[in-house]
Amino acid sequence: MGIPKDGGNGLGAVLSKIATDGRHGEDSPYFDGWKAYEENPFHPAQNPDGVIQMGLSENGLCFDLTEDWMKSNPKASICTAEGVENFSSIANFQDYHGLPEFRQAIARFMTRIRCGRAKFDSDRIVMSGGCTGACETLVFCLADPEDAFLVPSPYYPAFNRDVRWRTGVQLIPINCKSSNNFQLTLPELESAYEEAVESGVNVKGLILTNPSNPLGTTLDRTSLRELLEFTSRKKIHLVCDEIYSATVFSSPEFTSVSEVMHEVECCDPNLVHIIYSLSKDMGLPGFRVGVIYSYNNTVVSIARKMSSFGLVSSQTQLLVASMLSDEEFVEKFLEESPRRLRARHRKFVRALGEVGIGCLQGNAGLFFWMDLRHFLKEQTFEEEMRLWRVIVHDVRLNVSPGSSFGCPEPGFFRVCFANMEEGTADVALGRIRAFVSKREHDGEKKRKWGGNKMLRLSLKPLRYDENNILTTMSSPDMMSPRSPLVRARN
Amino acid sequence: MKQPLSLSSKATCNTHGQDSSYFLGWQEYEKDPYDEIHNQGGIIQMGLAENQLSFDLLESWLSENPNVAGFKGNHGELIFRELALFQDYHGRLSFKQAMVKFMAELRGNKVSFDPSKLVLTAGATSANETLMFCLAEKGDAILVPTPYYPGFDRDLKWRTGAEIVPIHCTSSNRFKVTSSALEQAYREAHSLDLNVKAVLVTNPSNPLGTTMTRKELSLLMDFVIDKEIHLVSDEIYSGTVFGPPSFVSIMEVLDERKYDGHDVWDRVHVVYSLSKDLGLPGFRVGAIYSNNEYVVAAATKMSSFGLVSSQTQHFLSVLLSDDKFTCNYIEENKQRLKLRHSLLVSGLSSAGICCLESNSGLFCWVDMRHLLSSNTFEAEMELWRKIVFRVKLNISPGSSCHCTEPGWFRLCFANMSEATLDVAMRRIKEFVAEIVVTRPGNPASNNQRPSHSRPLTSFRSPLSKKSLAKWVFRLSLHDGRER
Repeated sequence: MGIPKDGGNGLGAVLSKIATDGRHGEDSPYFDGWKAYEENPFHPAQNPDGVIQMGLSENGLCFDLTEDWMKSNPKASICTAEGVENFSSIANFQDYHGLPEFRQAIARFMTRIRCGRAKFDSDRIVMSGGCTGACETLVFCLADPEDAFLVPSPYYPAFNRDVRWRTGVQLIPINCKSSNNFQLTLPELESAYEEAVESGVNVKGLILTNPSNPLGTTLDRTSLRELLEFTSRKKIHLVCDEIYSATVFSSPEFTSVSEVMHEVECCDPNLVHIIYSLSKDMGLPGFRVGVIYSYNNTVVSIARKMSSFGLVSSQTQLLVASMLSDEEFVEKFLEESPRRLRARHRKFVRALGEVGIGCLQGNAGLFFWMDLRHFLKEQTFEEEMRLWRVIVHDVRLNVSPGSSFGCPEPGFFRVCFANMEEGTADVALGRIRAFVSKREHDGEKKRKWGGNKMLRLSLKPLRYDENNILTTMSSPDMMSPRSPLVRARN
Repeated sequence: MKQPLSLSSKATCNTHGQDSSYFLGWQEYEKDPYDEIHNQGGIIQMGLAENQLSFDLLESWLSENPNVAGFKGNHGELIFRELALFQDYHGRLSFKQAMVKFMAELRGNKVSFDPSKLVLTAGATSANETLMFCLAEKGDAILVPTPYYPGFDRDLKWRTGAEIVPIHCTSSNRFKVTSSALEQAYREAHSLDLNVKAVLVTNPSNPLGTTMTRKELSLLMDFVIDKEIHLVSDEIYSGTVFGPPSFVSIMEVLDERKYDGHDVWDRVHVVYSLSKDLGLPGFRVGAIYSNNEYVVAAATKMSSFGLVSSQTQHFLSVLLSDDKFTCNYIEENKQRLKLRHSLLVSGLSSAGICCLESNSGLFCWVDMRHLLSSNTFEAEMELWRKIVFRVKLNISPGSSCHCTEPGWFRLCFANMSEATLDVAMRRIKEFVAEIVVTRPGNPASNNQRPSHSRPLTSFRSPLSKKSLAKWVFRLSLHDGRER
């Protein structure tokens, strides 16, 4: 092992601070859950008692549609007999503007997701290494080290890495309240902004994830307008992560920042930016298709230069361009995907409601925000972690504790529902029922679910139906994809 | 006072180097690109280090391996879903195994690589930047021998905040790195209050097209051991070595000198990519190889910002696992490069132009000092403009590579057909003949110009050496293309 130059400093003297400071955030205790899953992953036939992965926000409900499309469109791949004529020109294509057909297809897709209420210009589409790359690149363009972005909490944990790690930029959470369904209010934003500025921090912008991860809700038009008005007045940037835009499965309808810009008089388009990816909407995280869409021409130009550090493989650009240019396929997908998400979401939320577990009323995303406050002996984060370990090790479900999202109140958990087969979902629900029933049997104090006045169930409880919880499964590879943050299995 | 609408300083500086007026050449090419059939008078692109000589080998492999196309696994099972979901930053093991096997083959199997020490990145561009993020920060310097690939200014410095301090190499010893040049660069860094963290070399060299000798590599090792700094060897052109001496990787030297267990073992890192050897720059396949587990760990996490598409990993894992293919490809590719190289060298020679003797790369380092009106960078620019606008060849001036001597140019030969290369050579020959004839004092001077030329347009006034030295010319960057 390398000996540090000055002797006493571990490896810090030999490597950069960035390499050794742990600001990537991957050393957190939450990885216990991943470890438990990795060591004992559920399989319906081979390991029916294993841990079910419910901590991975992936969209696995519509692969049949994309697979069918792939089979019917061999020309989209440069490796097929039909597509190989494009091989050399595509393999050689490294222009950071991207294939024009790729940019056009993405722009059209984003427009279609918003039902044409906002139009996207293909010349503003900038590629990035997934939304991870998009977020970091945008922050590099907008902020200097020590500058700060505000973010409503609870928020996607990897923002700690994407916004802060290599950029040196700060992330200041704005604590949202369960009493308000964790929606960011204007007074909260104003107060957080003033506090930051008064303490000498240079606030460069606000980051919103809409639809929200981990809440699974969309911002209403009025709120979005208010927030945009605020950032415009303060002349700070507004970055909207709209990665879940096509996962909106019930009302209210999704409102993108792109739709309200013209409604805010003082809005300066130079301060508005969207980041996007196909990872969630299309279920293609492996293809690393990220997008920065900025209304600021300088940002477009600079981000494009920076995109050299994370271009989309030209092979993938062609595939995506072909797929998203197929209007019939896109129509079908954008109709079917939300329908399946809605059905799966409903299944979970109803079943949980029947056993007295409430969830935030969500209308989007690949997860729901579950309220287990009544399960905590005390309203503390230590108790939350204790409960979480019980869920991971005893109930054998890897869910994500709210504290991992910076949630200011203990007792909430994010539960992913779209990354598993129907049968696995049934098993998970069965385990939850068993767990709750065991708690009651063990005489643990149960508060009435009606006491959770803060959160509303999305639907009224129905009569409990016995479901066949075991079905024949396809290969384990298709079931519970591993976290990107965990070592790959050989 | 806070400036309204302000962007970051990285967004407003020009360290990315892409605003240089050298883009004139690129712009002109874009306006008037040569085409064998449709635009025979157009500008020939000789500034792009791309390997377009061996696509047919890849295409025939594809026709013989239809399974890859259908996203099928080893047993014909559909693996689309698995690939679509695969975003593990450790990369696909089958791909990394295939990569390290290929890397070993390129080194004549004199070294072997461990896939767990390989970090996948989106191209060597990302690999170099990521490595810099791991090794250096603001206030640190990386020593790089000149001339060097212009993109290093962006890749090593732009977002990392590190500085490059050049190790001056000269034609007096064929641009080899010397002890004194290393020491001088080290001293210069300190005089600028910078902390030297690493030496970064490209081996085989861009733009020289030469491989480093064992002596040079030993010298480098001694230097980094003495100074307790890192050594990064960008071996992106390792598969383009078509003539003797054979390629010696820094990893070989590390092995031979049995440094396993020594400090320096953890301070030597290799960067690689498939963009040049396989001619696949569009696929964005880069890699960092390091024995340092901390570097591997940090770089792996950073690779999240630019992972290799799983679709691409899958295709390449099958391709590179095919021993028969890789063996044949490596040999055949070298032969073709060798032939093309010799065509360029002999073509230039017949025009009275010499090249640095080279055995690798996709370009030659061409000596046009004798064609300069004076031994200055202004004269180099003047000559370059003539070559772009009159001779209609987009070549890369040495100053863009931070060469300390005016009059050198990089000319690429592997990104065009033989016929096009032929046309380029004829144009140069005519141009040189014309210069000789029209030199002041020559009674035979006339104003005849080659038929394809057009009058020179007016240019900006020559710049001082100082401002030229500040510029970076990303030769293949005008519209975002690399190296």
